[in-house]
Amino acid sequence: MKGVNLRKYVHEVIRVVSGKRVHGTAALPGGMNKALTAADRDYLLKDIDEVTLWADEIVELIRQIFLANPEYHQHFGYFPSNYLGLTREDGAFELYHGGLRARDEHGKYIFDHVDYRNYPDYLREEVRSWTYMKFPHIVSLGSENGWYRVGPLARLNNCDFISTPRAEAARRNFVAYGGGNPVGASLAYHWARMIELLYCAEAIHELLDDPELLGTDLVTQGEKRFEGVGVVEAPRGTLFHHYCIDENDMVTKANLIVSTTNNNQAMNEAVRAVAARYLDGQELTEGLLNHLEVAIRSYDPCLSCATHALGKMPLELELVNAEGAQIDRLARNSLGEFCQTIG
Amino acid sequence: MSAGLTAGVLISACGNPSRGDDALGPLLLERLSAAEPGAGVELLCDFQFQPEHALDLEGRALVLFVDAHVECSPPFTFQRLIPRRDNSYTTHAMSPWAVMQVYRDIKGEEPPPAFLLSLRGERFELGDDGLSDAAEQHLDAAASLCIRLLENPNIVFWESLAEPVGES
Repeated sequence: MKGVNLRKYVHEVIRVVSGKRVHGTAALPGGMNKALTAADRDYLLKDIDEVTLWADEIVELIRQIFLANPEYHQHFGYFPSNYLGLTREDGAFELYHGGLRARDEHGKYIFDHVDYRNYPDYLREEVRSWTYMKFPHIVSLGSENGWYRVGPLARLNNCDFISTPRAEAARRNFVAYGGGNPVGASLAYHWARMIELLYCAEAIHELLDDPELLGTDLVTQGEKRFEGVGVVEAPRGTLFHHYCIDENDMVTKANLIVSTTNNNQAMNEAVRAVAARYLDGQELTEGLLNHLEVAIRSYDPCLSCATHALGKMPLELELVNAEGAQIDRLARNSLGEFCQTIG
Repeated sequence: MSAGLTAGVLISACGNPSRGDDALGPLLLERLSAAEPGAGVELLCDFQFQPEHALDLEGRALVLFVDAHVECSPPFTFQRLIPRRDNSYTTHAMSPWAVMQVYRDIKGEEPPPAFLLSLRGERFELGDDGLSDAAEQHLDAAASLCIRLLENPNIVFWESLAEPVGES
């Protein structure tokens, strides 16, 4: 009940701020088209203490779950990697405005405090013939070794501290588990994600107490520019938007590196790690398919953008040999039933 | 938390407008909104059904879930739903009957009577521009049904139009 109510509260925050629970209409280039009213603020303040308490409980729950079976949680879908994300100037956890920081598998800086507008100097996107997904990597390390992870795990591994007290205490527990190195377990994404949830609850409370929130100076002013880069930490990870426009405000160039693309190689590595452990090389099994789904969902790819029509096969798995021939196929339909067509 | 008075009838649709016929649910709600169904009806649209949608069922007299379907009989199927747990709670998209089961689990009571309107779609790829011709016809037929349902918001009438109890 607490989890469902917590999700409901988040929907209410979105509705109050953006006008609708889905497809909000309040955002404008450079600002918002409506201010928060005192009634809106009080409405959200009413439940925020309870929401923060629930978030705290969820962090403790996921910590206990993770530590109850450390062998499994640490090694399932494990692989070392680099980590990329935004941090504040003082190294604090940051979601909206900061510099780019990248660390390697041991926590050593690859770069820090990079102006995100200069991202093309530090990141490159490689194209491969077998997929429409691009492969972003850190230029100085090359495509073979320069791929990285983004998202909750990367943000927790990258930042020096979190500015809210409860989330900072939770982060310290998380960091202690890593024993001096970044936490590399794919399933630790869930633990990190819950710490971020707690941070958000605390940050929402701080913002609701800020009188400026009710201000009516809603849109920033400035000279028109023909090129702009924006970077935020979206829930799934670092999100790059880069646009060029012409005199008529028509977009002439656009480049987006979305979180799921940033994590592309990482998700492939998670699949590889699971396959190495659970695949015999010949037959796809229900257990393997389930394990792959667990690994992929750790990264929480942007499935909201996918189709969820009733009756659609939600998961299909193919096994292809070195010659490119399909030797097995397993699907699970929307009712959870498995269907093996070869093998 | 509640933002105000609860309308007696909830029509909750889901779908992704950028994926061809997956837009059937949202487009049906647009049709119904244009028809100005009145204060007794709430139209709710999302990309997919999620656990928190169970809380939207509270205090309703009738609920209609709407979604595109890849294999139902065209132009649509209309069924009474019963709550049932499945594995969709582990995914980004819950089945309507699993949402009802969440309501049962967290409230300790039966959810309000709910129905599922499944609209047959043909194509669902990212970037598919607009509805397929077939889906356009299915949308017209489903909108006509919904108008009838909203003109007669009582369970006896709705059940008279529904197929025997189904879950998918």
